[in-house]
Order: sequence, then structure tokens, then C-alpha cells
Amino acid sequence: MEFLTGLLSIFTTEGIFSPFGVETVIAGMLSGVMYSLVGIGFVLIYKSSGVFNFAQGTMLLFAALTFVSLTERQVNPIVAFTITTVVMILMGIIIERYVMRPLANQSLLSLFMATVGLNYFLEGLAQGTWDSAVHGVDLGIPSDPIFLAEHFPDNPWFDIIISKFDGFAAAVAFFLVLGLYLFFQYTRTGLSLRAVSDDHLAAQAVGIPLSKIWAIVWAVTGVITFIVGLIWADRLSVSFTLTAAVLKGLPVILIGGLTSIPGCIIGGLIIGASEKIGEIYFAPILGGQGIEHWWAYLTALVFILIRPTGIFGEREIERI
Amino acid sequence: MYYRETGQTVKNYTEDRRMVPLREDRWIMWAFLAVLFIGVPMFANDYVLSAIFIPMMVLGIAALGLNIAVGYTGQLSLGTAGFMCFGAFTAFNLLFRVEWMNVWLAFLMSGVVAGLVGIIFGLPSLRIKGFYLLVSTLCAQFFAEWFFNAYPWFLNNSTSGVAALPPFHYRFLPYQEQIFDLFGWDKDYNAYIWRYFIALITTVLLALACKNMVRSSTGRNWMAVRDMDIAANVIGISVGKTKINAFFVSCFYCGIAGAMYSYCYIGNLDFMIFNLRRSFLIMFMVILGGLGSILGSFLGAIFVYGWPILLTRTADAVFGGGTLDTAFIENNSKIIVGTFIVVLLIYQPMGFAGLWNSVKHKLRIWPFKT
Repeated sequence: MEFLTGLLSIFTTEGIFSPFGVETVIAGMLSGVMYSLVGIGFVLIYKSSGVFNFAQGTMLLFAALTFVSLTERQVNPIVAFTITTVVMILMGIIIERYVMRPLANQSLLSLFMATVGLNYFLEGLAQGTWDSAVHGVDLGIPSDPIFLAEHFPDNPWFDIIISKFDGFAAAVAFFLVLGLYLFFQYTRTGLSLRAVSDDHLAAQAVGIPLSKIWAIVWAVTGVITFIVGLIWADRLSVSFTLTAAVLKGLPVILIGGLTSIPGCIIGGLIIGASEKIGEIYFAPILGGQGIEHWWAYLTALVFILIRPTGIFGEREIERI
Repeated sequence: MYYRETGQTVKNYTEDRRMVPLREDRWIMWAFLAVLFIGVPMFANDYVLSAIFIPMMVLGIAALGLNIAVGYTGQLSLGTAGFMCFGAFTAFNLLFRVEWMNVWLAFLMSGVVAGLVGIIFGLPSLRIKGFYLLVSTLCAQFFAEWFFNAYPWFLNNSTSGVAALPPFHYRFLPYQEQIFDLFGWDKDYNAYIWRYFIALITTVLLALACKNMVRSSTGRNWMAVRDMDIAANVIGISVGKTKINAFFVSCFYCGIAGAMYSYCYIGNLDFMIFNLRRSFLIMFMVILGGLGSILGSFLGAIFVYGWPILLTRTADAVFGGGTLDTAFIENNSKIIVGTFIVVLLIYQPMGFAGLWNSVKHKLRIWPFKT
């Protein structure tokens, strides 16, 4: 009974419909953008090659670790940035050539398993090449809060604090999505990418070089992952925990529907908000903090049960 | 060579339904069982039992459980360690709180409880497919980790987060005390030799059960759903029932593996070890060993668990003890296991079990080629 009344009180003006509740939701949505950023790399690769790239988190760690280790060895940050970008592009090309191409036309499960293997390989490589210590990073992204109440006094609904860092992440996400949109809609390569994502065989039949397209996708994803990795590194710090980013990205892209970049952003907002609500309102009822790990997945599960291919996912027609 | 079916005729239906049809295979099987039941306990010391045989069997059962879901039914699961956690806690609470409980019944119950949890988290598979199912099993994994942290009653309110498993938990014989008195054995019931026998008997029983499920209609339904669920539905297999039953059996195995992990292998109960990394290691065992193969599950477990040990031992023998630090070994074994996974997926998608089958095929047709 106590549990039920507690549960019901969440959905009253005492709960999430209060100014504090709104602030919670907004803060959650902003932090969810960070998850969307991780998801973009996933979606790009899945869209173009049907590979569910589990190695995304480790690629992120690898990129951030390379950059940090170079700067710590007194390399100019701009040079380090260039080197890391080149490394990530090369990595994308090598992955395509030696992992994805031999596995072309295999089942989706094998491709997924291959990226799980790749994930393990990169984990060893990243920590073997550099080290497994925790590196602090400061890119000079402002992280002080903005008090909206200063601008809107006397209104409790604007008593909201927004972190500048989250705003920065949101801006990066916005430009990434915009850039990808323009790239997919208005360039020849983007057009071929869309063709490949629609149907591999048909794309090959009209003369689109599949392996070249895949190499481009993996390289582009590598670079995007690097940029996202820098933002994550600035928020947390570079260490093994960065690979957990992949676990934050998973529910996000599954809600959005694996093939949709806007879906990925919206998924991030949903997961972020839900995580904060769960942490503040549901955790005390359920009897313990730290529910956010499974709470995010539970949220995703609810959405997916309603729409089995995510919000913007393509419904596949299956034949025998 | 000698290893062939020529001349081995089947005379009646009983012989036709044999689990191991080839005479040579039966010899190998009996010899292998004899070694495990008689040879190993006679000659192995505690280190060999505790660090090699027991963990390999325990992890093999966990891999077998995952293989039933992923390899036989095609339902992707990343919550193996979570289900193991449920199994381990069930066994602990039964043996700790119930006076008349014995190890075997506790293991059985831990499998049943984990299986029921598996059904709950497997229910979404009725509606969602493929990668979307990852959400459900990952949810199970994180839920298990959180649940046993949030409710320490299940861990006997231990402040350190670890519960010890004293010898009186190990009740595996009727009139155990009298029998031990009769033979004059030391009453440390949790000695490695007893743990080894508990693990071995459980492993053999579960492997046999799985082998027989796979070659009966249960297993054929699983495989039909794996290969194409729509087609399976068309030929009259209830896809939903099959998936749920696969989830139950898979988690049943994982639950027992969890109970064995704490009772036979590490000898204490700790929810921290049943983390996502453990789930992934078990996934690697399944991929490397071979999807949809019982032998493969064990081969994969032996490789993934044994490889770092082998690497350490070799390094110690070549360069002298302790020259290589653990980080180096860990990173290297990661790189090599990762490479192995990719290479095997490309050249031998059936894993070690596939390799073994091709060796067997070569032996059979020797001296001819292909």
C-alpha cells in the first residue's frame, strides 16, 4: 500500500509536475544529449552496413586515450588532434578491409560477434599501447551553471539551473546532426550511402562500390567517435570507464530505432529524462540508489514493446 | 583409418536412437568419463582441481546455458551473469536458511528460480526480435547487480558484500556425518575434492540432459525458430512457447552455473563478480567454442579461461617468474582472444567445435583426401 501511494504521488503536483520536477526533466534531457552523441556513431554504421557495432565504446576510449597520451607527451594539441584523426580514419579503413569485408553477406549475428571480438581486441590494444591510468582532460569547455531564475525572477517555473557543459554538448550534437543531414542529402557519397543502406545488392547492381562506401562510413564514424570521445573525456576523464559509454548509447539507439539519426537524438532525450526521474522519484520507493543502469533499459523496453522497431525504425517485411 | 562407421550396422530401433552412434566415440566417451571420475581425483592436487578443472566445468555449464539461447534458439542474450547471480543467491539462501536442504536440491532450485527470472525477461522476445532483444537481457543483468546490492538480506546482511560459505553448507550425502566418521575422513566438507565431485556430477548430468534435449523435438523446435521463425510458425511450431521454453532452459543452466560458481569454484558468495564482463566472457566462450554445440561450449570455456593462465605459465617458464606484469598479460590475452574471435568467425564460423568436426572428418576418410 505504501508502495502504491508512493508511486501515485510521483504523478501529482508534488512530484514531476512541480517546478522541481520540470527542472529534473530538463536537466535529464540535456544530459541525455551526451548519450545521443554516442548513439550517432552506432546509427551511422548500422544504417549503411547493417552492422551493430559493439566496439563503439572502445573506439571512443581508443581515440580519447590516443589524444590525451599524445598531449601528455608534449605534442601540440592541434598536431595531436590531427594525428588522432588520421589514426581513426586508418582504423576505420583497416576494420573495413580486414574484418568487415571478409564477413560480408554473413548473418547479422556473426557481424555483431565480430564487433564484440573487435571490442575486446581494441580494449587490449588501447591499454597495451598507452596505459590504463586515469587521465584528466581539460579542453576549456565551460562547465559553470546558468541560473535561469536570474533572468526570470518571481516565477517558480523558471527556477532552473542549466549546466553550460550540457548546452555545449547539445550544440555539438546539433551541428553533427546538421552536418550529417547535409552530407546525406546533398553529396554524391551521401546518396550512395543511402542507397547502400536501403539495399546492398541493389546498390551493388547499379555500380556503387560497396567496400569503398563501407570504408568511408567506418572512417567517418571513427572521426565522429573521436569528437564525441573528447566531450565525454572532458566530462569524466579518460579511463577504462569510458567504454561504459556504449552501454549508455544502446538503449538510446534502440528507442530511436537503429537506423534513424533524429531518432537517436530523441531517444537520448527520453533516456536522459527518464534516468533522472527514476533516480530522484522512483529509487527511494524501490529501496536503493543506483537504479539508473537498469532503469534506462526498462524505459527502452517499454518503448520497444509498444513499437518493436523503435520510434523511427523501419518496419521490415519478412518473407519465407 | 580405424575411426569410421563402416561395418557398424544398426539392427534395431533402440540402436538407431543411440546418443553416440559410433563405437569409437563411445569408447572415447567412457574413457574420458573414467579419467574424470577416477583418474583426476587420484592424481590431481588442490591447485589443479581448484584452478583448472572446477572453473572450466562451471564456466562450461554457463556457456552451455548461453548457447541454448544464442546458438540453438538464436535469441541474443547478454544477461548470463545476471541469471547466474540469481542462481547463486538462491542456492546460498536455501542452504543457509533451510535445515534439511542439500546441495543437489539447492542447485535444482537455483536453476528453477533463475529460469523463472529468465522467463520474465524473455517474455519481451515474443514481440521484439534481433538486436532489440539486447535491451531486455541487459536490463536483467543490471537489475540483478542492483537488486542484490539494494537488498542485503539475501546476502545475510554481510557488511563486506561477500558471504562466506562454511563447510556445513556442503550437504551432499545422506547421513554425511556418519559416512565421514565411518571412513575416518576429515570433516571439511568444502575440501576441493568434494567440490570437484559435486561440480563433475552436475556437469555430466546437465551436459547429458542438454544433448538429449537437442536431439529431441524440444531442440529441433529451438533450431527451427533460430533458422527462421516465420517458417517455423508455418510448419506448426508454436514460436512463442518455444522461445519461452528456450529462455527457461537457458537460464536454468545459467542459474545452476551460478550456484556452482560460488559453491564449487570460488567458495564464497559475492554479487560483484557476476558483472557484465563475466557475461561477455561467457559470450566469447560461446562464439569461440561454436554456436549451437555442446562440446564447443566446453572447448570455448577451456580456451577463454585457460589462455591467460597458459600465457602466464609460459612467460614464467621462459623469462623466469614474475617478469611480466599482470597488465601486460591481461592486455595481450585480450588482443589475442579478440583476434581469435574475428579470425574464427571469418574462417571457421562454427568455432572450435567446427575445427574438431573437420579433424574428425579427415580421420574418417584417411588416407584419402576430402
